[in-house]
Amino acid sequence: MLSARIVRGVGLPLLSVFTAVIIGGIFIILAGYDPIAAYQGLLDGAFGDAASLTRTLVKMTPLVFSGLAVAFGFKGGLFNIGVQGQLIMGSVTSAWIGFALPVDLGDPVLSTVVHVFLALLAGAVGGALWGAIPGLLKAYTGAHEVITTIMFNYIASNLISWLLYAGSPAEGIPPGLLNDGNGVIARTPSILQTAQLPVIYDPPGPQALHLGLFLAVIAAVFILFLMNRTTFGFELRMVGLNSPAARYSGISVKRITVLTMVISGALAGLAGAMQTLGVNYRYEPNQSLGLGFDAITVALLASSHPLGILVSAFLFGAMDAGGTRMQFNSGVPTEIVMVVQALILMFVAAEQIIRMIYRIRGKAEVGQKLSTGWGQR
Amino acid sequence: MLSTVMVEAAARSRRTIWMTLIGVVLAVVAAFAAATAVGPETVVAVINASIRGAIPIALGAMSGIFSERSGVVNIGIEGMMLMAAYVGFMINVGLSYGSVPAALQAEPVRLGLSIAGGVLVGGLMGLLHALLTVRFRVDHIISGTVINTLALGLTGYLYLPGATTGGRLPPAVTSPLTPDAGLFYWVGEIVLEKGLITYLTVLLIIVFTIALFRTAWGLRTRAIGEHPRAADTLGINVHRLQYLNLFFSGCVAGLGGVFLTLEAVGTFERGMTNGRGFIALAVMIFGKWHPLGAAAGALLFGFATALQGQLQFFNIKIPHQFVGMLPYLLTVIVLAGFVGRARPPAHSGKPYDVE
Repeated sequence: MLSARIVRGVGLPLLSVFTAVIIGGIFIILAGYDPIAAYQGLLDGAFGDAASLTRTLVKMTPLVFSGLAVAFGFKGGLFNIGVQGQLIMGSVTSAWIGFALPVDLGDPVLSTVVHVFLALLAGAVGGALWGAIPGLLKAYTGAHEVITTIMFNYIASNLISWLLYAGSPAEGIPPGLLNDGNGVIARTPSILQTAQLPVIYDPPGPQALHLGLFLAVIAAVFILFLMNRTTFGFELRMVGLNSPAARYSGISVKRITVLTMVISGALAGLAGAMQTLGVNYRYEPNQSLGLGFDAITVALLASSHPLGILVSAFLFGAMDAGGTRMQFNSGVPTEIVMVVQALILMFVAAEQIIRMIYRIRGKAEVGQKLSTGWGQR
Repeated sequence: MLSTVMVEAAARSRRTIWMTLIGVVLAVVAAFAAATAVGPETVVAVINASIRGAIPIALGAMSGIFSERSGVVNIGIEGMMLMAAYVGFMINVGLSYGSVPAALQAEPVRLGLSIAGGVLVGGLMGLLHALLTVRFRVDHIISGTVINTLALGLTGYLYLPGATTGGRLPPAVTSPLTPDAGLFYWVGEIVLEKGLITYLTVLLIIVFTIALFRTAWGLRTRAIGEHPRAADTLGINVHRLQYLNLFFSGCVAGLGGVFLTLEAVGTFERGMTNGRGFIALAVMIFGKWHPLGAAAGALLFGFATALQGQLQFFNIKIPHQFVGMLPYLLTVIVLAGFVGRARPPAHSGKPYDVE
């Protein structure tokens, strides 16, 4: 039944987005704004010209990595809500290698290649280590990852706030280890020129498209391959679907649990590195605010499929990019975007609602299954 | 099958009560020891700050127990709290305008309506969670994420900067004691001088514990969380009870939310719940899905939070960021070291089909 598959795979998600946009419009009207102007602003800001489209793609890039991080955990049966913490750890470690390690190999191209690689690696390692701790705790003590990863988000933000502390001369407190010594703002020094992700397209306007988008696509394909075409991926999915069965068949559930969190954390760290090395060229506070939580919705929207994440991250990137223009043009606060995102997720997850509204026949299939309760593995 | 599970649960429940009592005794001894070292003012300040920090966490954990005991995982507590905090605050703002009749502006009416409104909105969010998970069989984690995102978006969208109110909840009982009364004065400073919601919370914990383990409703609720098929066979309407309990769950989370805007802080800020709903889940697991255990966990967490503000009295030079990590580190250590593999209600997180 090809037509039924098209309805399910394309038709229902599109109708979900459409319905969520309509309901968002009702909220806009209720608050006394003009929905047409608001959505026009949103579309303009996201796709209106080359600069807008570039902004959308730049916003999309870290969401691909962080969405993959969440999805990878889901496939292994782990709900990694700690992507936010792993992400900021990665953005700081990549900034550290970016400013503190001069790479001069004579040839500027070679230096850039090596330095960018090392800084990306540092981001991945930073995120991976931060993800490994909850993974180890889960594997060896049974402490539930939903709780520990959230706790590690807060621990990470405190740790980074200490590392980047601007200092207080009045109280005689020196600046943090990674602060650039400006005395006011908690930020790292600028990364060296060689650590900046190369720009691949630079339209007029403030934003330039960096190499990260290209890397994000490669990462999505690589994760798809890893999950579906390797022994490790098979073991990962088996642990995710039925960990007792996996254990009886001789798979080390502990090892898979830790590895899942390490890889998920590494992907999250890379998401942070994209912001540091491609956009801000340093770590600044709040540069990645909320990215780790949007990632959950991005992954859920794509049913954790790596290629689907490219699409949902593009959608979210567009909404992020267009939100500012929308607020500027129509006065509608950007938070309406979040409301629409929540509604999209709701309709995609509960396709029965959409089938009821639009009288689409066919049996609603049970949506994706992620939670296995708080059960042990 | 069901009966052995219930017997085990009862044994665990008795153990939890003993553990809680021992914990309380130890805490009192520690408080006395500390009082001789740093003076009673500091100790009372730390205890009061602990209670203030514990109330929303305890209510969030109760909310979690209500839903998980009924077989529904609720990670939307954060959103339910935030939404209720906003609505309670905005009703308080609305009723504080000059043009509103004086009868409505009077403190008990205004604040009573604000609390009721916030709690009701929390309950409605709970019903939305029930509708999605029970009726439409949406994955419980996804539904919770929808609720959290929706609440963060809606409250941010409708946020009015600079809105003011006619004031927050005053202490429900004022202490008649003076410092001359010695120890009783300090006990009075801890037990009295609290707002209405604090007392409501204590009452709720006791009532909920009795209801869960000593009433027909409690037996049915635990049954549908452990083995809905068996409960269904015995004539319990599983889905109806889930709707009811999720409404309660939302109401209790809502009370935690309005505590923030009507009793503790007095104003609303974007995202002000700041992870409390998730911490409440940790506390729920720490308390092994038992209201008293969760209450003890909430106090422990409140204590770690309170230390942040008070550590300067002890003259210890640690960067404040590390002190800020304390509650979170403590939760992780407790989860990993002491609780081990917690056993949730057996059917929590799974959908149930009536045959």
